[in-house]
Amino acid sequence: MKYREQAAVLNIEEIGKDIFSLVLQTRQIAQEAVPGQFVSVYSNDRSRLLPRPISICEADGESGCLRLVFRIAGEGTREFSRLEPGDRVDLVGPLGNGFPAERAEGKRVWLVGGGIGIPPMIQLDHVLEEMGAAASVTAVLGYRDEQFLLDDFTSECVIATEDGSAGTKGNVLDAVRERGLKADVIYACGPTPMLRALKAYALQEGIECWLSLEEKMACGIGACLSCVCRSTEKDEHSQVNNKRICTEGPVFLSTDIEL
Amino acid sequence: MTPNLSVDLCGVTLKNPVMVASGTFGAGEEFSQFLDLNRLGAVVTKGVASVPWPGNPTPRICETPSGMLNAIGLQNPGYEVFAKRDLKFLENYDTKVIVNVCGHSVEEYIDCVEKLSEESRPDMLEINISCPNVREGGIAFGTSPEGVEKITEAVKRVARQPVIMKLSPNVTDITQIAKAAEAGGADALSMINTMTGMKIDIRRRTFALANRTGGLSGPAIHPVAVRMVWQCAQAVKIPIIGMGGIASAEDALEMIMAGASAVSVGTANFHDQTATLQIIDGIQQYLEENNIEDIRELIGCVK
Ligand SMILES: Cc1cc2nc3c(=O)[nH]c(=O)nc-3n(C[C@H](O)[C@H](O)[C@H](O)COP(=O)(O)OP(=O)(O)OC[C@H]3O[C@@H](n4cnc5c(N)ncnc54)[C@H](O)[C@@H]3O)c2cc1C
Ligand SMILES: Cc1cc2nc3c(=O)[nH]c(=O)nc-3n(C[C@H](O)[C@H](O)[C@H](O)COP(=O)(O)O)c2cc1C
Ligand code: FES
Repeated sequence: MKYREQAAVLNIEEIGKDIFSLVLQTRQIAQEAVPGQFVSVYSNDRSRLLPRPISICEADGESGCLRLVFRIAGEGTREFSRLEPGDRVDLVGPLGNGFPAERAEGKRVWLVGGGIGIPPMIQLDHVLEEMGAAASVTAVLGYRDEQFLLDDFTSECVIATEDGSAGTKGNVLDAVRERGLKADVIYACGPTPMLRALKAYALQEGIECWLSLEEKMACGIGACLSCVCRSTEKDEHSQVNNKRICTEGPVFLSTDIEL
Repeated sequence: MTPNLSVDLCGVTLKNPVMVASGTFGAGEEFSQFLDLNRLGAVVTKGVASVPWPGNPTPRICETPSGMLNAIGLQNPGYEVFAKRDLKFLENYDTKVIVNVCGHSVEEYIDCVEKLSEESRPDMLEINISCPNVREGGIAFGTSPEGVEKITEAVKRVARQPVIMKLSPNVTDITQIAKAAEAGGADALSMINTMTGMKIDIRRRTFALANRTGGLSGPAIHPVAVRMVWQCAQAVKIPIIGMGGIASAEDALEMIMAGASAVSVGTANFHDQTATLQIIDGIQQYLEENNIEDIRELIGCVK
């Protein structure tokens, strides 16, 4: 089910330059959220009509707490960065399909996050830890420079920075190559060039790779066809080679989509 | 006493004048989790063509002040799946169904309308004439009075259901187009479709939309839509469905007073999935507060 809720802000904190961690009290959204899903966050300014899609970073079903981590990218996210405890914000969610955590069973898993694509990997990390079914889990995190959310992972973290200030200088693939790491399943979220490189790497190595994609959204629930990506096969819903990122995604098997 | 909200659209009775605008609501399934579709005056479905259309490359939309631009490119699954899945879904609801039709050529429109004539669920057809006409080099059908009269006649010849022609605002004099549709035999008019616009992404120094231009919708176009509905209401006798930026009961009432017999809510559904219900409740409240027994008293009351 999808819910529209007015959530109360419990806590907001700047955890890096222009990067905010926002904890919200929800009724149902946190209860039903699975890793890789997202919520539509609405502006309180009526001149900004469209929702901002933000990934779920952590969801605690028992308390109903939902954590979002976002970077200021424009006026909408700037408005969210000014929220204060007690303020209310309209949400719709949980939306999209999420990462198939069950595919990790008995496998060596990489959780690859690039920049502001790192937050959703945290809930996946926690769920995999709880399941305890993966052979191994390594978080491979790519940053431009400053690192954030490192302490929130329970699995081992491997880091790449563009400026070489920490970990491997370069990108996430440079980091795994430097350490000679191997994976059987990859879950990833981050900028398109990173996803493209992972898709190529997974194809070459013959490994299963799940990518979380982004596109501009208007409805967020599958009705408007704003948010499509190209699919290799004809999609059952659209009857053309297009899939809705908000509904069939945001997570796709890398071989099912074109990037 | 509760006031009467039902209206008549060329022989079809709607329980209230509020419907959804084509393309913003799919066929209602996705929204049915958020609101009871039975409460709507009508569901207007996303434009359908005789065969599947892939639509435009992305980005297909962008936000603009109090509005948005879209260039979805009329992606649709084609008539067959639409009938099997979407029309079937709507059989579960007690609301009127208006099917929006698109095409690249007169033949494509006719083909789709003929197929729809064999279906029992559609109560009315809405013909989107803002589609690119491949014969005329991609220029929309809806921009010349001669073209509009011709396509209206052609559709009317094969349609079993009442035909609503949906007008584009991207013309010099919309009353000429409205009169041409009426002369062609249209049963009603829908107006307005989106207004052509453009946004430039100054960070990437290129167009915000892959299609370069897109259709502007949302509250930003509401005053333009009210003006055009009012002008056409003075120019034609057939009923008008008003749309363009309706986001509140006040917006809907303006449209009705300007001459619309019913209204469609589009972009507002993206901001609030239950916008239509709030508009219906707001209209009822207005009627009660002003001791108006029948919504029909307000249609075109501003001359
Ligand atoms: C499934 C999904 C999950 C996301 N998760 C996160 C997250 O966890 N943390 C985070 O910081 N960001 C995330 N994003 C990106 C985030 O949605 C945008 O940064 C945000 O919408 C920008 O809004 P704005 O008003 O600040 O920027 P503006 O550029 O002013 O926004 C203008 C319009 O463009 C849209 N838009 C701009 N950038 C994007 C984008 N990258 N993707 C989709 N729409 C965009 C906005 O929603 C708005 O409608 C996610 C995007 C998607 C699609
Ligand atoms: C995303 C989107 C898709 C649309 N698709 C269609 C369509 O398929 N057929 C059509 O006739 N109009 C389409 N429209 C136009 C709307 O039906 C409506 O005429 C217009 O958006 C103005 O109303 P609004 O401001 O309430 O959205 C679309 C509009 C939007 C925003
Ligand atoms: S945002 Fe409307 S279909 Fe995905």
